[in-house]
Amino acid sequence: MADQPTASERFIQGILPENPVFRQLLGLCPALAVTANMKSAVTMTGAVLFVLFCANVITSLIRDLLKPHLRIVVFTLTIATFVTIADRFLAAYLYQMSKTLGPYIPLIIVNCIIICRCEVCASKQSVFVAGADAIGQSIGFGLAVSAIAAVREILGTGNFFDIPVLPAAWPDWVVMILPPGAFLTFGLLIGLVNWFETVKASSQASEVLTPAESEGS
Amino acid sequence: MTAQGKANFFSQAWLVLVLAICFGGLLAGMQILLGPIIETNKINETLERVPVLVFGAAHATELSQSGMEINPLSVGVEKAGKSVRYNVYETKSDGKLAGWVTKSAGQGYADKIEVLIGFDPRMEKITGLFVLDQKETPGLGNKILEDGWRGQFLDKSTAKPLMPVKGKATASNEIDAITGATISSKAVTDIINTAVADLREPLADKAKGK
Repeated sequence: MADQPTASERFIQGILPENPVFRQLLGLCPALAVTANMKSAVTMTGAVLFVLFCANVITSLIRDLLKPHLRIVVFTLTIATFVTIADRFLAAYLYQMSKTLGPYIPLIIVNCIIICRCEVCASKQSVFVAGADAIGQSIGFGLAVSAIAAVREILGTGNFFDIPVLPAAWPDWVVMILPPGAFLTFGLLIGLVNWFETVKASSQASEVLTPAESEGS
Repeated sequence: MTAQGKANFFSQAWLVLVLAICFGGLLAGMQILLGPIIETNKINETLERVPVLVFGAAHATELSQSGMEINPLSVGVEKAGKSVRYNVYETKSDGKLAGWVTKSAGQGYADKIEVLIGFDPRMEKITGLFVLDQKETPGLGNKILEDGWRGQFLDKSTAKPLMPVKGKATASNEIDAITGATISSKAVTDIINTAVADLREPLADKAKGK
């Protein structure tokens, strides 16, 4: 297992270097569909965290019993169970929010982030690593959907978490809370992340070229 | 299938079967625990709105402490050879009939719109409108949720069908349509007109009967 990343590496990777939405381009359905305002984005992140954490832990616990050709069935069964629990829980305690999110909570079942983490990490590594991985990936997902939701809610309604932040004279850019706004914001943010990565890579490359300086610093 | 084949089947699938049974039990437990809470949420959502639709927001809270009764009824209406049932809430204040609230639904622009409409006891005017469920376009059609727009329906007479108009409503039975959401505006107005046409006589008769 020497070549497998440790728990802290898994945790850090999920947040930015392997951000599920911006770097792996997974889980785009909720990232586009429930990011019209911050409250839905945060609730969705909570649901994803719960499902991903439980699915990763269970998968990791039974990883030695898994038959390779039946593993997808087991993953799906596990994920569907916890998604149903999350859905019922929201309907019981956050009824209005559950109505707003509508079908997107049950759709977490087919969210590729979760099955990807079960496959890549939880089915191969210990419970502790799988748990850390789930939390890191969920934070990464949360950051990504919150970033999209913040842009869309502020430009589209002038509010942030339903609190007005722009002057009342702001002409609400309705298109931002409609589907095109999701695609525009998402595209621009991916561009920003890629530009940031390029700048970082080229500054690292220049450091390699001048080893004396980097040793000195 | 040979005996060996069957044994092989179970040795392959036992984990899936065990997990399915465990998870099934877990979900059944959750349902027993949360099911009643979800049901109450659904009923409360409707019942909480009923007094507001009959008495207005200001009076509803005072009245909810004093003698107020809400009786759910089911009213059947025959039309064009079909029978349609409405869920009607009869609201009484100190034993006297104070108004009616009915649940009604119709096709909107995106999906079904479900509303609660409040009427006075004799079904002569509208006392309130609340949108329970809608999936209209955010920023355009979902303005049907806003108090300002719904407020237009207050105190409208039920004698003439309501009409949504573009621009400025002038006649007493006209409603300002939402800019960019004419279909949603018309859908809500149609739902109200249908409910009025179906229920005005049966409910007014009931009120006289008391």
